[in-house]
Amino acid sequence: MLLAPMTRRGLGMLTLVAAVLSLGAPAAAQTPPGVLIVGQIAEPKSMDPQAVTAVNDFRILMNVYDGLVRYADGTLEVEPALATDWTISEDGTVYTFTLREGVTFHDGTPLTAEAVKFNFDRMLDESHPYHDTGPFPLAFFFSSVETVEAVDEGTVRFTLSGPYAPFLSNLAYPTGLIVSPEAVKAHGSDFGRNPVGTGPFRFVEWEANSRVVVERYEDHWDGAPRLEAVVFRPITDANTRTAEMLAGGIDLMVEVPPNALSEFEGDRYTIHEQAGPHLWFLILNAKEGPFADRRVRQAANYAINKKEIVENVLEGTAEVAAGPTPPAFAWAYNEALEPYPHDLEKARALLAEAGAEGAELTFYVTEGGSGMLDPVPMGTAIQADLNAAGFDVTIETFEWNAFLEQVNAGLEGKADMAEMAWMTNDPDTLPFLALRTGAWPDKGGFNSGYYSNPKVDELLEAARAETDQARRAELYREMQTIVQEDAPWVFVANWKQNAVTATSVEGFSLQPSFFLLLKDVAKP
Amino acid sequence: MGAYILKRLISAVPVVLGITVIVFVIMSLIPGDPATAILGSYATPENVAKLNRDLGLDRSLPEQYFIWIGNMATGEFGRSYSLNRPVLDEVMERFGATLILAGTALVLCSVLGIVAGVISAARQYGLADKAITFAVLIGISIPSFFLGMMMILLFAVDLRWFPVSGMYLPYGGGDLQDLLWHLAMPAAALAVVATGVVARLSRSAMLEVLRLDFIRTARAKGVGERRVIWGHALRAAMVSIIPVIGVQAGFVLSGAVYIEIVFQWHGIGEMLVNAILKRDILLVQGGVVVVATCYVLFNLVVDVCQSLLDPRVKA
Repeated sequence: MLLAPMTRRGLGMLTLVAAVLSLGAPAAAQTPPGVLIVGQIAEPKSMDPQAVTAVNDFRILMNVYDGLVRYADGTLEVEPALATDWTISEDGTVYTFTLREGVTFHDGTPLTAEAVKFNFDRMLDESHPYHDTGPFPLAFFFSSVETVEAVDEGTVRFTLSGPYAPFLSNLAYPTGLIVSPEAVKAHGSDFGRNPVGTGPFRFVEWEANSRVVVERYEDHWDGAPRLEAVVFRPITDANTRTAEMLAGGIDLMVEVPPNALSEFEGDRYTIHEQAGPHLWFLILNAKEGPFADRRVRQAANYAINKKEIVENVLEGTAEVAAGPTPPAFAWAYNEALEPYPHDLEKARALLAEAGAEGAELTFYVTEGGSGMLDPVPMGTAIQADLNAAGFDVTIETFEWNAFLEQVNAGLEGKADMAEMAWMTNDPDTLPFLALRTGAWPDKGGFNSGYYSNPKVDELLEAARAETDQARRAELYREMQTIVQEDAPWVFVANWKQNAVTATSVEGFSLQPSFFLLLKDVAKP
Repeated sequence: MGAYILKRLISAVPVVLGITVIVFVIMSLIPGDPATAILGSYATPENVAKLNRDLGLDRSLPEQYFIWIGNMATGEFGRSYSLNRPVLDEVMERFGATLILAGTALVLCSVLGIVAGVISAARQYGLADKAITFAVLIGISIPSFFLGMMMILLFAVDLRWFPVSGMYLPYGGGDLQDLLWHLAMPAAALAVVATGVVARLSRSAMLEVLRLDFIRTARAKGVGERRVIWGHALRAAMVSIIPVIGVQAGFVLSGAVYIEIVFQWHGIGEMLVNAILKRDILLVQGGVVVVATCYVLFNLVVDVCQSLLDPRVKA
């Protein structure tokens, strides 16, 4: 019994330490009122809106900055923000904006036409003294801008190299948010860690890997926000993020994994869902192999049970897609389109007609990636469906960056089909970059399946040059009908973004743009 | 001793340099480049080429490597493109967090493991020995990330005794108590496997020593049993226990990667995983150099400790 007293003492010590740690600790579950803690999916790269590309970063930035225009609540249509009004010249190449009066940046400097000019020159003009505060990976959103002039204090004029209808909608995107020129001059390359904008919240601190804190900006032109402060916490692991929400460590969680949604049913939480401008599809190699025949491409569309994938693999976090344009672009969406039904008989008949029964297909699947949802289980379900219809599908799996390199270079000589997903801010972007003949990989586009239809090319070019929205919408609707019939892709799903809030959070709603807008949120 | 340490330090330089070459070659061999990772869907050849030029990645690989090594020799580790901040700041901050976690786990596993091993050996085949051997077997067999997730569910989600993740409260907090409170679960989860290993090897080392003549002599001279075991036997057994702890330090550092991800402890393991996924070569290189250097240094400390304890080990 010589050792017994010692062990007992040791145990006693341990218990004491544990007790001190747990009892003396601050109550974690209750986050303070007026302060919203948001669970983010990663550490932001930068808080310079022109330097970032990730939705995760946009979620913070949209609350710190404003653009000249913004998307109206619940839509993807632009409305005035820092600009109160604008005119477009007859030929669609000159945009003149009238700036809102009396707007100041968080550092006290006024918003002027010169400040707006500074923003675009910094991004687009390689000889600008502050161009080296980049790089600016999405600057090509504004590559059609030839000059920006400050006509007077409150008027700014953009001259484009040619008519480019998505211009306004690109201005509403985070790349078009307006930063304080004085802050850029003061901080140089470190501006991204010392952000100054005009938005409803002003930046307080960024503790690397731990939190970004912003607080209410009382002088915001659109009225001060209801929250005192917002803390953005990076929690990269989805399971841990879910546990934090369940333990009360965060008030708002974005991108809830489908299999975790059921944890949040009941009255302690509110689940929010919003379909967005997202399309998950399969690129089919229309240049060679079985999919060169339109009937075989249509057969694939009939063979895949999209409803099953959306309901079971994605557990209801997406909707079945009908065509190349997501319904979130309500103004340009063709309501008449019906998704290809799941019809094995029809698929088999089409295959027989084309003489392609038992066709061997190589299918590129990614392990993950932005907007790709659950790519491996989805790929496996698709493989099973196609095999049931009489194809013989072999899957090849790649890590996301390797996958992009393979697929963006074009599928020719390598594969018959590949998974892909896009999230865009304008109905022009995806078809223009991925369906035109001029967008084949060797011409610098993303048409990796080599689809080509002169009528579609013509419609897309015309829509881009058309500044009348109603007329533009007509062109997009016609394009959708043709593309659905030609089936260069298998249209699979439109993702519904989700979020969970604690019941203490009021006034929150998700936006079809996938931005996170917190100005009207309260937490009493 | 001084000359020995110096010699070991100098011999560490080619090791670390070799590691940088290997990491650099592997990073450039894996498909996908930083520009593609940044641009994602928008990675047209034209956009990629422009961004590579802006990032300085359009130079040849050997050129990039020598520029980097040259800069590093002057203490300039470069700027991480994915985090847009100096690599050294990020690596040091992250490494500090890992040291707190791994250091705590190492202390926990050493103390608990040695105590358990000694008790086990002193009461061989007794009830305490059987209980400890059983517990150790379970401890060794549980994957630490699974244990971590179960601990989160029980102690954080259900009981709410400890926070789920992070190092400090997101709002308020920030003092030592806050840190310890956040540290408790990840450090415990990380220490479990290592404790089992240390306990097992301490037990066998002690059993071996307890059979030796000098122990019989000590007992015959009437030295108290407690002194025989904790004084005479343990000191002799430490010679074989310390290298085990040295090896465990390596395991704890690498095991920290999983624990860091489960508990969102923002240490260097989590940083390296993200940096590799984003093809952030400078950040990967900087992180690996620091970890490798530290590992080499720690092995040196273990060797020096051993020679101090055991006169037979010639420095």
